Amino acid sequence: MRVLATGASGFLGRAVAAHLVAAGHEVRTLQRRPSGVPGVTDVLGSVTDASVVADAIAGDGRSVEGVVHLAAKVSLAGDPDDFRRVNVEGTRTLLDAAERAGVTRFVQVSSPSVAHLGTSLAGVGATPASPEHARGDYARTKAEAELLALARDSAAMHVVAVRPHIVWGPGDTQLIERVVERARRGRVPLLNGGTALIDTTYVDNAASGIVAALHRADAAHGNAYVITNGEPRPVGDLLAGICLAAGVRPPHVSLPAALGRAAGSLVERLWALPGVAARAGGDEPPMTRFLAEQLSTAHWFDQRDTRRDLDWTPTVSIDEGLRRLAAHYAQG
Amino acid sequence: MTAGAARPTTGAASLPPRDLPGLDPSWSRLVDVPGVGIDAGHARQWHCLDTADALARAGVPVTSGGLAGTILAVHGNPTWSYLWRSIAAESVRAAEAGEPAWRVVAVDQLEMGYSERTGLHRTLPQRVADLAAFTDALQLEGPVVTLGHDWGGVISLGWAIDHPEQLAAVALLNTAVHHPAGVPIPAPLRLAGARGVLAASTVATTAFLDTTLALASPALAPDVKAAFRAPYGSADRRGGIGNFVADIPVDERHESFPELERIAAGVAALGAATNSAAANSAAADPVPALMLWGPSDPVFGDRYLDDLADRLPHADIHRFEGASHLVAEDRPCAPAVLNWLKESVGRVGAEGAVSRPPTDPTFTPLWRPLESRAATPATADATAVIDMATGRGRSPRRVTWRQLDARVRDIAAGLHAMGVRKGDRVSLLVKPGPTLTAVLYACLKIGAIVVVADAGLGVKGLTRAVRGSWPDLIIGERLGLAAARALGWPGTRISAERLPKAAALALGVTRSTRDVADLGAGQPLPAEPGPADDAAILFTSGSTGPAKGVVYTHGQLSALRDVLGTHLGITADTGLVTGFAPFALLGPALGTLSATPDMDVSAPRTLTATAVAAAVTASDAGIVFLSPAAILNVVETADALTHDDRAALARVHTFLSTGAPIGEPMLRAVARLMPNATPHTPYGMTECLLVADITLAGVSDAAAAPDTGVCVGTPIGDNQVLVSALDSDGDATGTPSPEPGVLGEIVVSAPHLKSHYDRLHLTDVAATRDTPAGRVGAAGAVSRPEPQRWHRTGDIGHLDAQGRLWIEGRIQHVIVTADGPLAPVGPEQQVESADAVRRAAVVGVGPHGLRQAVAVVETTPAARRPGLADPQLTAAVRATTELPLAAVLVVPQLPTDVRHNSKIDRSRLSEWADRMLAGAKPSAP
Repeated sequence: MRVLATGASGFLGRAVAAHLVAAGHEVRTLQRRPSGVPGVTDVLGSVTDASVVADAIAGDGRSVEGVVHLAAKVSLAGDPDDFRRVNVEGTRTLLDAAERAGVTRFVQVSSPSVAHLGTSLAGVGATPASPEHARGDYARTKAEAELLALARDSAAMHVVAVRPHIVWGPGDTQLIERVVERARRGRVPLLNGGTALIDTTYVDNAASGIVAALHRADAAHGNAYVITNGEPRPVGDLLAGICLAAGVRPPHVSLPAALGRAAGSLVERLWALPGVAARAGGDEPPMTRFLAEQLSTAHWFDQRDTRRDLDWTPTVSIDEGLRRLAAHYAQG
Repeated sequence: MTAGAARPTTGAASLPPRDLPGLDPSWSRLVDVPGVGIDAGHARQWHCLDTADALARAGVPVTSGGLAGTILAVHGNPTWSYLWRSIAAESVRAAEAGEPAWRVVAVDQLEMGYSERTGLHRTLPQRVADLAAFTDALQLEGPVVTLGHDWGGVISLGWAIDHPEQLAAVALLNTAVHHPAGVPIPAPLRLAGARGVLAASTVATTAFLDTTLALASPALAPDVKAAFRAPYGSADRRGGIGNFVADIPVDERHESFPELERIAAGVAALGAATNSAAANSAAADPVPALMLWGPSDPVFGDRYLDDLADRLPHADIHRFEGASHLVAEDRPCAPAVLNWLKESVGRVGAEGAVSRPPTDPTFTPLWRPLESRAATPATADATAVIDMATGRGRSPRRVTWRQLDARVRDIAAGLHAMGVRKGDRVSLLVKPGPTLTAVLYACLKIGAIVVVADAGLGVKGLTRAVRGSWPDLIIGERLGLAAARALGWPGTRISAERLPKAAALALGVTRSTRDVADLGAGQPLPAEPGPADDAAILFTSGSTGPAKGVVYTHGQLSALRDVLGTHLGITADTGLVTGFAPFALLGPALGTLSATPDMDVSAPRTLTATAVAAAVTASDAGIVFLSPAAILNVVETADALTHDDRAALARVHTFLSTGAPIGEPMLRAVARLMPNATPHTPYGMTECLLVADITLAGVSDAAAAPDTGVCVGTPIGDNQVLVSALDSDGDATGTPSPEPGVLGEIVVSAPHLKSHYDRLHLTDVAATRDTPAGRVGAAGAVSRPEPQRWHRTGDIGHLDAQGRLWIEGRIQHVIVTADGPLAPVGPEQQVESADAVRRAAVVGVGPHGLRQAVAVVETTPAARRPGLADPQLTAAVRATTELPLAAVLVVPQLPTDVRHNSKIDRSRLSEWADRMLAGAKPSAP
């Protein structure tokens, strides 16, 4: 099948594009920088640019049959308008173009945070996306985008939404690098002893799950699925595992979760003040309320529907993933 | 609301509002009934719920034999037919599902609910006649089951005894038909009935209504409460409530008293059929009776349940612990009634009716060996019982067979002379020793049922146990009697020791056991009870919910004695040293000497090795029974043993750990103390004290097997052990089978298995559900000729190819993951193999069906506070087991069950782990 993957220069996007190639598909990618994935045809540009999007889908006259939409603005802070432009309007542009071109399968890569209300989640399925309750601009705009995509599900174009939860692996700059970097500086506290049980997804599993959603779109369309390793672990265990793999000292300071949340709220407000973020070196805020909640409440998921409907199981366990991460750091 | 409110008011019947929760408006109908008695000449209009139309819509032929019968439901005061909405709904649902179809007719009594307000004062006989007029008007045909609550129970029973040809069964919820003379009526009613208070509390205000609705436990939902109030919105609608309270026959001068007496006597006749008539005559079968009870009812408490149980001795009774007056709201009574009807109605008189165990020609009453040793000159003056616990420096107390037999005989005759009869319940709050032995055998001999509750239940548990079993007599020591007095336990109190007059008065004690023996000297003994008569009620440990009373018949207790004697080869010369109460009492029944070592039986850990040696020396016993907690201390105090002590212990040939299986290291430690003894650690429970047994050698063999769990050996004697496989949802739904290697609930059968639980009919049903009809052969075939009793133990495990039983936990501790059910004990044993782990529990967190397994460990050295295990320990623990563990948590100490120091409280731990892993602030479990 001819498939367009957007956002293929990102950590997860690269992996998805590589999995698509490995599955024998003819893969085109759309992002601003070269994807660096062997065997794909890169189209450079933004999903917010309708003409570039139309070109990427139509290609050289042979339109793609499937779209895997990963491109998004992912961040804990930033201009709300940027989030909306990329995450909501970018998705709309892509859906419009896909419909026009007669694309039959559309996989919207979403996030469990679209349905995360800040409370503890234990063994729940993919509850409906809720922009009005989502925490932060990223989650809110991703929730809108998911609803938008699923609303376009039809007999002609099967739309599936998948929500990989906390994707990690060697080469990840979003999570792993930040954790390791901060741990090196002793700046990762555990909230309430780090006991909150959370699901994560090793990058290869996330990629194979997304490809499975494309393959099974005829059976799974119209639904959203959370994708995880299905091995919930305490957040403290995971942080320790990552740090040990990277050869840095695991976090050992515990803060009460309530304090972490309060601090997160304060920092968010400070970061919103003019110049503060810039003076801090343009870095992301060290703690947000959303992050504090993520680190102090359980969120793990019922994977039974996902595995059945997508006919998919993860192949890399957390322990194996950590071994691969350690090997990655050992190579330097 | 001025003067007008006091005048009798009238009002027509009407249909209830159409939007009451749980009430289908299509059930409601109005029925015109020609009046009787004070209504003669007038038609009265009734509102009732009637599911006939609903059944017809469901395709059930309501007339021509399609119905199993009619349930005639009668509410009490101050409720209305709304109380029966669940049974109306569930009966229709059951009929739709192809189960027996019962039509429910639930009346609103006149002046109540949505029936007519006549403004007339209705007495009990009038109300009974009213109900008969109603069923006549309805032309109710076919079998009828009456169902009544509160005063509706009395009225429904009045209808029942007046319609014997139609009556199929009676079911009662918190009601009463008799109030003993001399006992004041319950305070809430006394208050409501007091002149002046009556009208104010019941009619002018909604106080009585509100108080009754507030009794629901858990509380009623606001919309349900509003529905109960709906027909009683104004004072002129509430006249009937006051009328009902005024009609309570507080004493024999009351106008309704004779009718109440007539009903009480009639009820006794319903239950008396078994006793009087030939058992094989269908006509003589007693009317099946069910009582579902909320014992927390401040008015219709256990006293009235006990009175009804005496009148209907065959009744199936279930006490819902914690439920109150509105038991139909508090607990699922509707399915209980319908399931019971399926079992009971049609069963009576039919083939396969409740079969009494056939008379066993080998039955030897427990007291017979005692009598024969006392009657044989060669043995009469030999020692029967030795009590070592006589205090510091005093010599042991020895009682000969002749003395014990005489004592038993005199107390038995004395109790009989006091009026204690077969089937009366006697609660024994006496420490093991010669006095308990004598009282116990005296009670057994006259057929009084002994109630034995362990002090280990704690005051709260003990109170619940004593109140629940409602003894007629309490025989206790000072402490037990003080508790009985202070906590208002029922029963006449007898002191096991002679008390100073003032103390006796203060404790409400009428006699001491010595007085009872004096009274009985030279008095005749009543006829002995038979093997099918109830003998004893033993209480479970209460480690899994409220303690349950377990009823044993004489036949079953004798079988226990026989099995124990045969299995251990006990003869008259063996002699027993027993530090474990139930078996300590079996010595005289085995015809062998028994000695209790010097210990505080309520604190087994006070037993020392020296005390055991002293008891062995004094008795020359060859067998020693000890509880696991006692063994621990005996082993720890072994250093104090003298050369002579060790020599005495070397003469012991059999050692038994009784109470809970113990591990190999502890058995080995005991074996070093008693080098010539074979150590046994049997497996059993209160419901079946001896199921399987294993010796130290067996434990060593089992250690080499690949099985997970604790090996408890092979079934003793004729016992059978089967396994009911767990399904993917963790429920034991498999047909009980001897197939090896299947994880499931352990199902046992034995000649000494319990008869039933006391007043816990639903628990009985659950414990015997889907069990085989007879013995199960090796190939799984069930042999029919001998009906066999079975019991679901609640333990889970498996059988191996050699027929050995392996225990892997309790069914409520099964962790149901997305991959299926998982038993905790096997993984716990693996986790405990990690170096730093002292003890481990494996529990589940998250929702049922998706649970994640979590290990909670005690470490050496102990952790200072609870939390995540460090990465090294986590890795070490994970490496011990194939089971994926979501987390490893450490705690300074695992919570253990109050009664069994060795049993980890997994339920509590699971809740704690759930909170912790949801990200809650760290706390101790």
